[in-house]
Amino acid sequence: METDLNSQDRKDLDKFIKFFALKTVQVIVQARLGEKICTRSSSSPTGSDWFNLAIKDIPEVTHEAKKALAGQLPAVGRSMCVEISLKTSEGDSMELEIWCLEMNEKCDKEIKVSYTVYNRLSLLLKSLLAITRVTPAYRLSRKQGHEFVILYRIYFGEVQLNGLGEGFQTVRVGTVGTPVGTITLSCAYRINLAFMSTRTAGEDTGVTYPSVEDSQEVCTTSFSTSPPSQCVFTVTKAHFQTPTPVVTDTLRVPVAGLAFSHQLSSSRLSYQPAALGVGSADLAYPVVFAAGLNATHPHQLMVPGKEGGIALAPNQPTHGAQADQERLALYTPSDGAHCMATPSSSEDTETVSNSSEGRASPHDVLETIFVRKVGAFVNKPINQVTLTSLDIPFAMFAPKNLELEDADPMVNPPESPETESPLQGSLHSDGSSGGSNSNAHDDFVMIDFKPAFSKDDILPMDLGTFYREFQNPPQLSSLSIDIGAQSMAEDLDSLQEKLAVHEKNVREFDAFVETLQ
Amino acid sequence: MNCRSEVLEVSVEGRQVEEAMLAVLHTVLLHRSTGKFHYKKEGTYSIGTVGTQDVDCDFIDFTYVRVSSDELDRALRKVVGEFKDALRNSGGDGLGQMSLEFYQKKKSRWPFSDECIPWEVWTVKVHVVALATEQERQICREKVGEKLCEKIINIVEVMNRHEYLPKMPTQSEVDNVFDTGLRDVQPYLYKISFQITDALGTSVTTTMRRLIKDTLAL
Repeated sequence: METDLNSQDRKDLDKFIKFFALKTVQVIVQARLGEKICTRSSSSPTGSDWFNLAIKDIPEVTHEAKKALAGQLPAVGRSMCVEISLKTSEGDSMELEIWCLEMNEKCDKEIKVSYTVYNRLSLLLKSLLAITRVTPAYRLSRKQGHEFVILYRIYFGEVQLNGLGEGFQTVRVGTVGTPVGTITLSCAYRINLAFMSTRTAGEDTGVTYPSVEDSQEVCTTSFSTSPPSQCVFTVTKAHFQTPTPVVTDTLRVPVAGLAFSHQLSSSRLSYQPAALGVGSADLAYPVVFAAGLNATHPHQLMVPGKEGGIALAPNQPTHGAQADQERLALYTPSDGAHCMATPSSSEDTETVSNSSEGRASPHDVLETIFVRKVGAFVNKPINQVTLTSLDIPFAMFAPKNLELEDADPMVNPPESPETESPLQGSLHSDGSSGGSNSNAHDDFVMIDFKPAFSKDDILPMDLGTFYREFQNPPQLSSLSIDIGAQSMAEDLDSLQEKLAVHEKNVREFDAFVETLQ
Repeated sequence: MNCRSEVLEVSVEGRQVEEAMLAVLHTVLLHRSTGKFHYKKEGTYSIGTVGTQDVDCDFIDFTYVRVSSDELDRALRKVVGEFKDALRNSGGDGLGQMSLEFYQKKKSRWPFSDECIPWEVWTVKVHVVALATEQERQICREKVGEKLCEKIINIVEVMNRHEYLPKMPTQSEVDNVFDTGLRDVQPYLYKISFQITDALGTSVTTTMRRLIKDTLAL
């Protein structure tokens, strides 16, 4: 493009565009790391903060970006793209977003490079910071960990949007006119989160990339943006199968520009093994009813309370959780034939609790009341319905002799408080492990436990995992009455001595306190 | 010069008012703040660095980015808190609005005080809804989060139109354009005011006007 730009301005402009591209990549990738970002303002200019913004440079990311650019700059027909995709621990992957830094031919010859263009690029980066937090992939990336990770890929050339599925949305972050063209930054993001496995028989599992036939500058490397330790897949083929509704809660993810909630029936994020002919009961992921569940209890839910020491695994969302009701919903039957009804539309955000056949013992016989659970601790009893009259998934599997006697303990919880602490449970475990329910042989389906108020940024172990792992600690010796009484007496005796010692050291304590202030 | 005016509307639950307002105000101020200017000889200046940080909302499924300046954050929280209290105490329908106005000062001769000429006004209208059940609150968390995403996109769209911005001032004029009272960042001069509307739609309480320097002086 012929311009009247002098050589110094041209050099400056090229430098600005190059570093803008590098900073753009940093902002996007850092926004998908799954952590909150925080950088400090500095009143004294350091000279190294491009565009007067404190954006850290992750060396690996810079390296990959430079490799992708290969010394070139975004130009007409040559865009720099950052692809954000999701990969499950099973190897399935899905493109979530494509961020494009493009240049078109519309020039603004009057604009001042070293001042106006620079400041506008700075503004555009701020906009990028804001927009990266509002696209659906942001909330997904904050939840990445055991079940899935977020990956990025940088490529240079033609924009490839095929992998985003149908009906993807586009948001324009902004534009900056320059004497050589107009820089445009935009994001195309997927809204159809139906998860189709990318695996076919005989093919190596792995992330598949969109085919890029044209440009030789394509960088096809893919990098995990989460620590390797989080990539461990914890589902085991055993009784306590952890259902992994991969990204189920993304169905409720805010989709910018659309004031709606996903109709789960149409766009759920469900694994569809039937398409691959993988319908065996060995399907471990994300199917809940995997091997280990016997045929008579295909879809039991975790029963609270009675088993002693087992914390309630709510299948309703807890406070602050992001639409966890979908977690319950996303399991497919082992025959792959039928995806569970998951009526979590915006008007009808309810999950239908399944009756837990097989668990019921005679004294658990209750009227068949199905309660729809939506929020934590909310029970909204509906009229009595029978098993067959509701569209209950797996109704055909329900043992007929228990048809009318079944009661979902989740529906009619026991008298004890719903959320008993694990400690309390373990203290009572001795007494109640015998229990009225002979459930030693019953199979459990562990719904992913999302404790209230827990934050996922305690890595690598989240609160729910912690709960499960430490549910049955041995009883503390100090809690037994005899030892407790003894130690109390001893404590009282030694109190005087301890006080005397502390009084002697008063100065040290004061000095310590002062260092804290 | 015409003052640019943008209006945003949100419907939120009572406990979401603060976070929703802070999200919007901080997003606007992120775009309308620069690093501190350091003027050198020959009329040139260098600009400090603006840091940013993510803020997770507790009552809304939403995260926003704000400038890393505790002073600025405190000032906004103070006025948003007052707005929230006024809304709660108004006993009306829960309708109110906050205005974030960017202005330039124009020096006048004595005895006239300096003139404040607004060049951009952001108005956020709030409608507070009362919800009865936990289910509704959970839905509201998500819906308000989605709505705020839309608002952020709207804000960014306006910002990137690159319409009028005050010219970069000389050292003597910088206080007429920027608020230089903060230690770490330098937003354009702004003031925040709010109004509570009663059921009839008329303005009941008086408009409170604060200059950022007054707030910092406290």
